[in-house]
Amino acid sequence: MAVAVQNAPGQPAQTHADVTRDVVATLAPATKGYYLLLAGAVGLFLIGASTLLLIVKEGLGLAGYNPPVFWSVFITTFVFWVGIGHAGTLISAILFLFRSPWRTAVYRATEAMTVFAVMTAALFPIIHIGRQWLFYWLLPYPNQRYLWPNFKSPLLWDVFAIGTYFTVSTSFLIFGLTPDVAAVRDKATGWRKTVYSMLSMNWQGTDNQWRHYSRAYLYLAALAAPLVLSVHSVVSWDFASALIPGWHGTIFAPYFVAGAIYSGVGMVFTLLIPLRKYLKLEHMITDYHFDNMAKLTLFTGTILFYAYGMEYFVAWYSGNTFEQTTFFRRAFGPGWWAGWSMIIPNAVLSQLLWFRKVRTNLTSLFVLSIFINIGMWFERYVIINSLTSDYIPYAWDQMTPTWADWGILAGSFGWFGMWFLLFAKNFPVVAIQEIKEFIPMPRQRAGGHH
Amino acid sequence: MAKVTSGVLASFEHIDAACDTIKALRARGHRKLTVYYSHPNHEIEEACGHQSSPVRLFTLIGGLTGTTAAFSMQIWMNRDWPLLVGGKSIVAIPAFVVIGFELTVLIGSLATLLGVFLLSVGMRNKGVIYDERYTDDRIGVFVPAGAADAAGIEKLLRDAGAVEVKHAAA
Repeated sequence: MAVAVQNAPGQPAQTHADVTRDVVATLAPATKGYYLLLAGAVGLFLIGASTLLLIVKEGLGLAGYNPPVFWSVFITTFVFWVGIGHAGTLISAILFLFRSPWRTAVYRATEAMTVFAVMTAALFPIIHIGRQWLFYWLLPYPNQRYLWPNFKSPLLWDVFAIGTYFTVSTSFLIFGLTPDVAAVRDKATGWRKTVYSMLSMNWQGTDNQWRHYSRAYLYLAALAAPLVLSVHSVVSWDFASALIPGWHGTIFAPYFVAGAIYSGVGMVFTLLIPLRKYLKLEHMITDYHFDNMAKLTLFTGTILFYAYGMEYFVAWYSGNTFEQTTFFRRAFGPGWWAGWSMIIPNAVLSQLLWFRKVRTNLTSLFVLSIFINIGMWFERYVIINSLTSDYIPYAWDQMTPTWADWGILAGSFGWFGMWFLLFAKNFPVVAIQEIKEFIPMPRQRAGGHH
Repeated sequence: MAKVTSGVLASFEHIDAACDTIKALRARGHRKLTVYYSHPNHEIEEACGHQSSPVRLFTLIGGLTGTTAAFSMQIWMNRDWPLLVGGKSIVAIPAFVVIGFELTVLIGSLATLLGVFLLSVGMRNKGVIYDERYTDDRIGVFVPAGAADAAGIEKLLRDAGAVEVKHAAA
């Protein structure tokens, strides 16, 4: 007789056929609500795209490009989106290597979030360079003037870091999707079957395919894992290697990485809490998963708390007037509202997650996640704001974002949302094959393996 | 029309039955089995008795190629257009480590993917019959065999607990 299936971590008893059926069901024709959301995202994206066209026509001066801060909202948003991506790779690669069972149900959605967030971030350097059609000047290629880019500049490291991050995380996502796309193919009919057949790249789940696949997945995870730590470290060096008060700190790399994961898990909450309800995946993505992700948020939020405190301590303890002035102005200067918009949500509100009731209440998590998104955007805004008051008070001035900055910011959310929504309705957002790994197959004889 | 490999395809619902069958068939000298299953499963992998995948060589060679390419590119380009920046020497190895690391990961990953593609995914299991339930909840075992042996193999498979048996003739 078949032995009854056990619970996979955080999930009720279900069979392999249930898993395939429930996940494939999420790809059913979309409702009106979905199309409304998608239209909203496309609308926002079009606002961004038209703003960019105007910037190309009129010049970067349309955005708040005024001394002493030139690349204000654009770089803020760039760092914000790169950071969002990090939680996805942490959950998909690092937790895979640690064999953490709770990653299974959520990693696909977070990995997709990573890819789309990095796609969004990558737009900002291109927007900022002004002449977008010359973006390839960033790459080392043989040219008439025998010039090579400056390999000692963190900005060039960033080109390689973001390029690698995007390529590797996209490959990792597509690679992990292949067996699931094959499972969808085998349930689909009509033209959708043809499309999924092509995308499944002949996947049939043979012993030979799994043998190479499982090994390769392990290696890809091992290669992607250090990217989680390295990419945002490189982004932080864009700032830390400049002699600007408020930027020139050795704490920057770990501080940025913790912030990135914190903001990324925040975005996962914002996306997954409504998504699992809409796709009826409540029995797969459960309180157990949210509780664990909330603990990750608490951990990284606490690191941020420490980092913020340490920045103030170092400014005071260094005895350096410029550092002290910068940090005094962060809290009490003209940009005080931004300074507190960063400290309160990130350092203070994250501490609410010590309470289990907050961690398992999805409404409170969702509300908190919105604050996390806002707080982390302001963290980067505050860091850029350091440029407004460096060594010579004569040169001090405020940041002056214009409608063009906000247009591009709105466009970035639209672009990200559009890709995420399209993904969620056309590909399995829960990894079918990995959920099955946790559900024992039926046996003729009683007793398990090992 | 692709050439069909003749043989017998059995579907199993129970994992222990499938694994025992695979082991029994291998013991009888059937080495060219094709086993289909829906998720990574080390019990089946053990029964199939494969050696470690050679994909790791692709990863290693790709990664080392990336490291070498990154450092040689940076050293050569800096010497080709020597420009002093920030008081660093022309060939400033610590400054080159970041790109060295990034290209190791980049080329290592791409080589891994190429390895899997060449070893398995791209090379489809030509001519071997398949059933759509193998990505769902069934395990499939295909035994290549001529018409003469098919009946004996079918009996073995049914006795072992196969819920469905299909024949493919060339």
